[in-house]
Amino acid sequence: ANVKMSMKEEACSVVKTGVSRSRQGFAMRVLVGIKRVIDYAVKIRVKPDKSGVETANVKMSMNPFCEIAVEEAVRLKEAKHASEVVAVTVGPKASQEQLRTALAMGADRAIHVLHDDPLEPLSVAKVLGKVAEKEEAGLIMLGKQAIDGDNNQTGQILAGLLDWPQSTFASKVEIGKDGTAQITREIDGGLQTLSVKLPAVVTADLRLNVPRYATLPNIMKAKKKKIEQLGVADLGVEVTPRISIVEVNDPPVREGGVTVESVDELVTKLKDEAGVL
Amino acid sequence: LRRVTMISHLIRQCRGRFGPSVSRITVRNVSFQLSETHELIRNTCREFAEEELKPVAGQLDRDHAFPAAQVEKLGELGLMGVAVPEEYGGAGLDALAYAIAMEEISRGCASTGVIMSVNNSLYCDPVLKFGTEAQKEEWLTPYATGEKLGCFALSEPGNGSDAAAASTTARADGESYILNGAKAWITNGYEAHAAVVFATTDKEKKHRGISAILVPKPTEGLSLGKKEDKLGIRASSTCTLNFDECRVGHENILGEPGMGFKIAMMTLDGGRIGIAAQALGIAQASLDEAVRYAQQREAFGAPISKLQSIQAKIADMALRVESARLLTYRAACLKDAKQPFTKEAAMAKLAASETATFAAHQAIQVCGGMGYVTDMPCERHYRDARITEIYEGTSEIQRLVIAAQMIKENSL
Repeated sequence: ANVKMSMKEEACSVVKTGVSRSRQGFAMRVLVGIKRVIDYAVKIRVKPDKSGVETANVKMSMNPFCEIAVEEAVRLKEAKHASEVVAVTVGPKASQEQLRTALAMGADRAIHVLHDDPLEPLSVAKVLGKVAEKEEAGLIMLGKQAIDGDNNQTGQILAGLLDWPQSTFASKVEIGKDGTAQITREIDGGLQTLSVKLPAVVTADLRLNVPRYATLPNIMKAKKKKIEQLGVADLGVEVTPRISIVEVNDPPVREGGVTVESVDELVTKLKDEAGVL
Repeated sequence: LRRVTMISHLIRQCRGRFGPSVSRITVRNVSFQLSETHELIRNTCREFAEEELKPVAGQLDRDHAFPAAQVEKLGELGLMGVAVPEEYGGAGLDALAYAIAMEEISRGCASTGVIMSVNNSLYCDPVLKFGTEAQKEEWLTPYATGEKLGCFALSEPGNGSDAAAASTTARADGESYILNGAKAWITNGYEAHAAVVFATTDKEKKHRGISAILVPKPTEGLSLGKKEDKLGIRASSTCTLNFDECRVGHENILGEPGMGFKIAMMTLDGGRIGIAAQALGIAQASLDEAVRYAQQREAFGAPISKLQSIQAKIADMALRVESARLLTYRAACLKDAKQPFTKEAAMAKLAASETATFAAHQAIQVCGGMGYVTDMPCERHYRDARITEIYEGTSEIQRLVIAAQMIKENSL
């Protein structure tokens, strides 16, 4: 009786976190968060009223780091470490295009949380947290940051909200047999390798992998894959912004250099004007 | 009731005056926006061309080197059999997807574009349409996946436009045919594993005595002439196929004996969409260079993009590229709707090829001296563009085709 109970307990905890050990092997659902951003090659223009950047008639794409996250998730499935890859995005109706790209890269299905206005990392993390619980994700992969906001916060906040371990700036992901993962991170000092217990949040850095092209047959297959649509309210998440944008400006135009007469003058200028000493 | 009969009478009059084509653009919506799938395809092909083709196109051209690695990747992407159904190893897409893919690939490298076009339109398409199941398994599936490469042998040293005057013969000999003659200007001739060869099986029947025959490469009796040293599309091989008592099995006939001319003409209709798209890619690449350069180059104290004579060139280039693109898409959509598209395909090919030479020419003009040297791709686009007015039906032939259709549609 004791043995039966503990197995049932294990099964319960397993269902909650979506990481199960069955006789067939490891079965894990990977949730990949992606974001629709202005394409990296586009020249950004600030709106005349300085309230933001111009997005009308501008080419939009999947955030490059999100692409890397999708690629990694698909590779995990191909290596049989993951059983299903679910792509999720929070954004306007047009974000579906990016979900289709993720499906064409190999994600199994997608979830679109519809919200027209841009959201802050805290709100996105809250939404993703609810989706992760709903989907019983065993691993969440995100890009380390989005190239529009460059916040580098969503993954970290998400891990905090879920109380899961986090491994950011990942350049290598290895799933172990015992419900852990070994992640190599690129940090200022070099490379750091962490061992985390799954479920965990991992954010992808540039050198994690090179994303595949969506092949034409996969683009066709993606048409048949399911995109589930949800509202923020359906998840019971409150997303009022805590931050208001005061002003958006172009970076200052690069000015010419200054000639100095002596080393002392150089040191003074570096200390007092440039503030680098 | 009277109003309704008046309107339907008007529509009938319009149909009569302009032919069947008007009824396809009816009062219902004409959408000029591509579907999500087509946009995805365009994005994939554009990314691929930017990353894998554009950086090496110049070197491939200089070396006259077949882009084997790139063609293998095209195969992996499903681009060597875009409109071939999945059951035969293709991507299972439509002519519009093919046109979009062709333009984007050719924008990166026109040579790679023609290699892809010949395999798709001139080889896979006729085998798909006229092949038996057994033929499709052997001669279509490995070619649609990109594992093998195909080519199309219609032109001869003695006849290009005059396709009915085919002098290559295939005489029946027991269970086989024996081919004699020569086929010229065969793109992919060197690297291909098979050719669709058009030969006269019954001289008495004139053009109704031409048959299409699948010939494997290598095969005894088939030898290759030297690789042509071309002005442009130099990374693709072009050579003569020489047949000297070349024996192929009876089962290699595509369709029925005598169907060859019809197969060739139908195949070229679809091929014209592919070449129109290739020309569009070259034209767009030229336009991109001109617009970029004009904003950077300064003369008389300002970027030359401020000068009206440069602006006029850019406008003319853009107008012609857009016009040709719409014509190409329309021809592709008609083909997908299984409607007649001969006239529209000829219009697309004619417009796009003349646009390519125009745009490439003007782009060199905008770029000035820089357009003339190999540091910039303008000179290569200029050389690549020229062939689009010649192959798969010269501009003169396209005009004959269009006129013939117009007269047929409006015959008294």
